Amino acid sequence: MSLYSGTYSPSGLSESNPVKHPGLLARLHLDLTLLSSLILLCLFGLIVLYSAADQHWAAIYRQLLRLGAAYIVMLVIAQIPPAIMRRWTPAIYSIGLLLLIAVLVFGHVGKGAQRWLDLGVFRFQPSEMMKLAVPMMVAWFISERTLPPRFRHLLGAMLIIAIPAFLIARQPDLGTSLLVASAGLLVLFLAGISWRLIMGAIGMAAAMAYPLWYFMHDYQRQRVLTFLNPESDPLGHGYHIIQSKIAIGSGGLYGKGWLFGTQSHLEFLPERSTDFIYAVISEEFGLLGVSLLLSLYAFIIIRGLYLATQGQSTYGRLLAGALIMTFFVYVLVNTGMVSGLLPVVGVPLPLISYGGTSLVTLMAGFGILMSVYTHRKLLPT
Amino acid sequence: MSRQKTTKRVKKTGSSQQDLPCYVTRRRILLSLMGLFFVAALAQAIDQQILQTGFLKEQGQKRFLRRVEIPAIRGMIMDRQGAPMAISTPVQSIWANPRKIGADARELAPLAKILGMDLDKLRRRLAAHSERGFVYLKRRVSPDVAAEVRALDLPAISLQQEYKRFYPAGETSAHIIGFTDVDDQGQEGLELAFNQRLQGSAGEKLVIKDALSRVIGDVEQIKPAQPGENIILSLDRRVQYLAYRELKAAVQKNKAHAASAVVLDVTTGEVLAMVNQPSYNPNGNRSGRGGRLRNRALTDVFEPGSTIKPFTVVAALMSGRYQPHTLIDTHPGSMRLGSFTVRDTRDHGVIDVATVITKSSNVGASKIALNLDYNSLTDVLAKVGMDDVSGSHFPGEAAGQLPDLKPYSKVDRAALAYGYGLSVTTLQLAQAYSVLATDGLMRPVSLLRKDKPVEGKRVLPANISRTVRDMMETVVSSEGTAPLAAVEGYRIAGKTGTVKKSHQGGYSEHHYLAIFAGMAPASHPRFVMVVVVDDPQAGPYYGGLVAAPVFSKVMSGTLRLMNVAPDAPATPRLRLADGGSA
Repeated sequence: MSLYSGTYSPSGLSESNPVKHPGLLARLHLDLTLLSSLILLCLFGLIVLYSAADQHWAAIYRQLLRLGAAYIVMLVIAQIPPAIMRRWTPAIYSIGLLLLIAVLVFGHVGKGAQRWLDLGVFRFQPSEMMKLAVPMMVAWFISERTLPPRFRHLLGAMLIIAIPAFLIARQPDLGTSLLVASAGLLVLFLAGISWRLIMGAIGMAAAMAYPLWYFMHDYQRQRVLTFLNPESDPLGHGYHIIQSKIAIGSGGLYGKGWLFGTQSHLEFLPERSTDFIYAVISEEFGLLGVSLLLSLYAFIIIRGLYLATQGQSTYGRLLAGALIMTFFVYVLVNTGMVSGLLPVVGVPLPLISYGGTSLVTLMAGFGILMSVYTHRKLLPT
Repeated sequence: MSRQKTTKRVKKTGSSQQDLPCYVTRRRILLSLMGLFFVAALAQAIDQQILQTGFLKEQGQKRFLRRVEIPAIRGMIMDRQGAPMAISTPVQSIWANPRKIGADARELAPLAKILGMDLDKLRRRLAAHSERGFVYLKRRVSPDVAAEVRALDLPAISLQQEYKRFYPAGETSAHIIGFTDVDDQGQEGLELAFNQRLQGSAGEKLVIKDALSRVIGDVEQIKPAQPGENIILSLDRRVQYLAYRELKAAVQKNKAHAASAVVLDVTTGEVLAMVNQPSYNPNGNRSGRGGRLRNRALTDVFEPGSTIKPFTVVAALMSGRYQPHTLIDTHPGSMRLGSFTVRDTRDHGVIDVATVITKSSNVGASKIALNLDYNSLTDVLAKVGMDDVSGSHFPGEAAGQLPDLKPYSKVDRAALAYGYGLSVTTLQLAQAYSVLATDGLMRPVSLLRKDKPVEGKRVLPANISRTVRDMMETVVSSEGTAPLAAVEGYRIAGKTGTVKKSHQGGYSEHHYLAIFAGMAPASHPRFVMVVVVDDPQAGPYYGGLVAAPVFSKVMSGTLRLMNVAPDAPATPRLRLADGGSA
């Protein structure tokens, strides 16, 4: 419980009771601790990206633009009180569902999957939006009812999760589908469904694994097989994971130094500026760099969980808690995939990987988190 | 503690909604799971980056460190003066990685333009090999083309240094030098014969290559490249050129099918020139049409005809049954042997042995041969190397063949006396004549320059060789068959040959070989030259008319180029002096 004990420390007290004279950040509904660690992480990400993108400034400029946009989105969302978010939740969720259906009907096909909606001005990925909309909707649904949720309420919540997850899985985009579903399920977990149900669900999932195999796409099956034994097909499906392991391992304790990663710069490492950027960090900064990165992530997650517990509404606490835990799932899935602990799923390393869509969603999530924390009625303790 | 927490939370929350219960166990489990993940991630990192780092580093190096060959430069082939006959120059070859070409498909157009290739053809070629990582687009391009391709900077297109062979002597020496293939391996001629010595041994170095197989940088040299050996030939480029020019002119003038000529330095056995017609340009089109690639002087055998008669006379003198002035009745210019008739061009009457050479009497030679032991002529011919290869080590050299004579086969014995029934190459004939030129010494023929004196092996008595040589000088006189072989200022000894070509089991009446074999200066011979013109069709076909003029021009040039002192008084100057005194 030491993680949460900060709540009761003197500093924790001062933070939970901060605002006789609110500073600029507090007035902007931002949390200095979380914001500065996020900025630190993004700066580190830019430094790594400069190396991973072969020192092309153009990539850095584009990423800076996206980061700017993402931080503005966070800032704007942080201003919206959780109560108003709650009111809009059913509408946001419904629009998201409609867009998902639209993608399946009119969507733009990229790399074999139909994920994008071309809006003329820009292309938009409704599945990204659902990463926020699903936990919002589940939180809205549960917080209206008795807690811990009744079984029939759980069925309703499951439906809220299952419909978009199914639609996204049909695109097909199993990775995002799993992330969206886990965000919704995390809300349910935080809402306190009984352990019997959880164990039952895990048992069911295990039992479903066998029939699920038959519903998987070939590429998905291949990924599972590759995960189980990457060396079976080193030039084909196992190539990514073998190259990634080599890159990580050859970093050693101190790494080969910034810009000096051979595996990444000699083009052996695939997707090195996006999904596999963790391997570049491992190779160039070694175990020390990886430990630093993981510590920073751990710190952000702990701080996020703390902020979530400080929310005053059930809706806000459930949503904020689920969002920060989704962030954790991102880190888990990506680092687990790159280091060979988990099968290859196309999930970027949050706030570090090159690319815009997930960046905006993540920062919007942090915006919600800050809003939940800062929009509090001050009660004397 | 849990109770405490719960109460606190209840106090804090003030919303209208139902309160979220606090699940301490749940929170603990959640935090433990998260903590577990971070521990697992760190453990995995420690496992890979500390425990397995050696193995994984090695795996990485296996992927980017490559041993590559350093091509060795092929040795030069030079003539006896050191002038290059075959040299290698560095050139670039363009290759593509078709697996990586997808991204560059649009940029293929400028590439095709630079390489002068059809764009569609290029696309199809790359598509056909799309599974491969290496396809040559164009080999051995000029340096400016290579620079343009490099400037395009296409990741899927790379350059590779290679060597291209140039043959400065061109077609004059194409047959003897030969050529290399696109992989710099000797295919013909001396390039093939001395391939091992010329090619040297490739070195090896360690380089860093990226996943597209592009070399990023050198790491270290494992083994330096050993350049090939230079080879110095016995050929003299000037003599070679002269001989080729005259032979080509004669072929054209006489509308001949082919021709060969060989110049030997008899004191060492070195080949000073060896030329053939038709020839080809070794730097360009090397199509082998019409046997143009064949080094006929070495690979083609023929019946030497009357050029054998000096050896018939050698056999006669060696037998002791003949002296130079022993008389032989050749009347009436023909002789019947069963159903076979030996003919002379006209009735020479009663002539001595020397005149048999001068007039090239077939009847005379036949009568001599039939009067000797049946195998004495073949013994002489074998001694001068006509039953063997010349020892030049040239690939594809043909060996001469002597007939297996029987005592009772009079026709064969008579025919051999004037050069039918055996086969030799131009080079062998020259080698046999060099025995007469050196007073009976046999030396192996060499295509490489000899820097030390070469010991000769005595195969014929010196005095008999000298006597026959004196007889052969009469051939070049106005009385003989080849006055056109004369060289001003020098005494020439030689013998003509006009051979009916064998044709469908018999002998043709319309196709001849015109041969002249001779040496100079006759007082103390230095060079032997044999000229063989195959099937002259422009009218004259006698060796004395077709081959002898080539001999005269080339020998005259060679004697002067090699600074050989004249051994005959220059007749025009004498006449001028006479006129002055008169």
